[in-house]
Amino acid sequence: MSKFVEKQTVISGVGQSDVGRRLFRDPLELTLDACLAAIADAGLTTKDIDGVATYPGPMSVPPGFSGAGVVDVQDALRLELGWWSGGIESPGQLGSVINACLAVAAGLANHVLCFRSVWEGSAQGSQGRSAVMPGGGGGSFRASGFMEWTLPFAAPSAAPWIALMAQRHFYEFGTTREQLGQIPLTARKNAALNPKAIYTDPMTMEDYLNVRMISTPLSLYDCDVPCDGGTAVIVSHVDSIPDLRRPPIHVEAVGTALRGRPSWDQFDDLTTMANRDAGAQLWGRTDLTPQDVDIAEMYDGFSFIALTWLEAMGFCGHGEGGAFVEGGQNIARDGGVLPLNTHGGQLSAGRLHGYGFLHEACTQLWGEGDARQVPGNPEVGVACAGGGPLAGALLLTTHR
Amino acid sequence: MPDTEVPFRILPALTDLNRDFWTAGARGELRFLRCNACGYYNHPPTAICPMCHSKDLAPHTVSGKATLHTFTVNYQPWMPGPELPYVIAIVELPEQEGLRLTTNIVNCPIEDVAIGMPMRVTFEHHTDGDDEIYIPLFEPDRSGS
Repeated sequence: MSKFVEKQTVISGVGQSDVGRRLFRDPLELTLDACLAAIADAGLTTKDIDGVATYPGPMSVPPGFSGAGVVDVQDALRLELGWWSGGIESPGQLGSVINACLAVAAGLANHVLCFRSVWEGSAQGSQGRSAVMPGGGGGSFRASGFMEWTLPFAAPSAAPWIALMAQRHFYEFGTTREQLGQIPLTARKNAALNPKAIYTDPMTMEDYLNVRMISTPLSLYDCDVPCDGGTAVIVSHVDSIPDLRRPPIHVEAVGTALRGRPSWDQFDDLTTMANRDAGAQLWGRTDLTPQDVDIAEMYDGFSFIALTWLEAMGFCGHGEGGAFVEGGQNIARDGGVLPLNTHGGQLSAGRLHGYGFLHEACTQLWGEGDARQVPGNPEVGVACAGGGPLAGALLLTTHR
Repeated sequence: MPDTEVPFRILPALTDLNRDFWTAGARGELRFLRCNACGYYNHPPTAICPMCHSKDLAPHTVSGKATLHTFTVNYQPWMPGPELPYVIAIVELPEQEGLRLTTNIVNCPIEDVAIGMPMRVTFEHHTDGDDEIYIPLFEPDRSGS
């Protein structure tokens, strides 16, 4: 048996609630819709679920960032748990799923329900993101924690933090907006085939280059779209495969490393992120190589994060992300060497915050992508989530 | 000092560890907590040196010079603040590799801002209650030194 225990785990089911810009629905209801769909998808019942994991756990600020915590779901479904975990300090949003893999491999649980739900669309309402910015109310609010070093400079959002890194990447490697724009363009093209996607109207390079700037070099179309929705996956032990509805997706390797400083300005190399280390770690836990990967579902909270994930996961060299996506052919859903964000990513399908990428990777590997299914029966995929100091990645296969 | 009206800013909550950093601008000085044992500039400040674990740290004045490491021209009205668009930047200080600050660039036309520019600190004074806070901003350093 491999010493890399994630290989003893599988994704046995996935589920997703309705997804919308502003659904004005009870966040726990959206969460439970996703959870029950995932449990049924695996061919299990709530009696079989003996573990729960989530990111980030219950949070009231910023509004809409979390739809439910573990105990909300445990009580709502009357689950009897051998293990549970929720929290924001983890290797990105999918760190919670990786925690579940470790708990299953350790024998603390056999089927772990993992979920992430958001209602940022409804919470922000017509005011958009400025409605939920820290200190937006003014008055006597003082900045502390890591925000102490950004808020006094009117940099309260990840948009300028990521823009600073993108600008440095542009400077060092000659990356261009036309290259970066292929990530939102590709996402939009794929979203048109996804009935749950938020934005589906065609987008041209001219549209991209002319839309209003947010924080150079990032424009509106480089930023993901807040939405409401829940996503869930079930992590199960390989020994339970006979109990499942269909052959599961195997977890071949995971990456969780954070070796640089956990900071948006003190990190050692601002042209990359913690994903550099998580990606390298992942490839050290498998005999597969980047050349074996058929599909990539990579966090695009901002387009530039996906570009760094492409480099971090070894699909191109450091600094070569711009050239890799140029023209869009390499990342095209139909015919690309590495179809990227086949559901439309968070840029067009909605900011389901990390879990959407794992949901889509499994959907594609099961061949259940309907109109957006990548041709050629993809067998190996990656799901990657997080930006800046947060990075978690899973390498998934249809068989072992 | 910036030649425009002082904008609204969210001010930092002062603590024993950070008070010197945010108030030393009263004397025109940029100061960082530094380890007396190994000389490491410890930013953001913590009570123990992350390099040698000494607790013998004290504020130390640096040159106030820096190099523009990266920047972004921000157009989005996130919050009350400087007039749009404004430049958010990360500058790197010559005293220690990787010692950086997120800041705003002032006294420089936006079209002239470029990575690699020599910069120098300038302070923006804010009074809030009993606190006199000096926000370190950066402007082009044309002294050539």
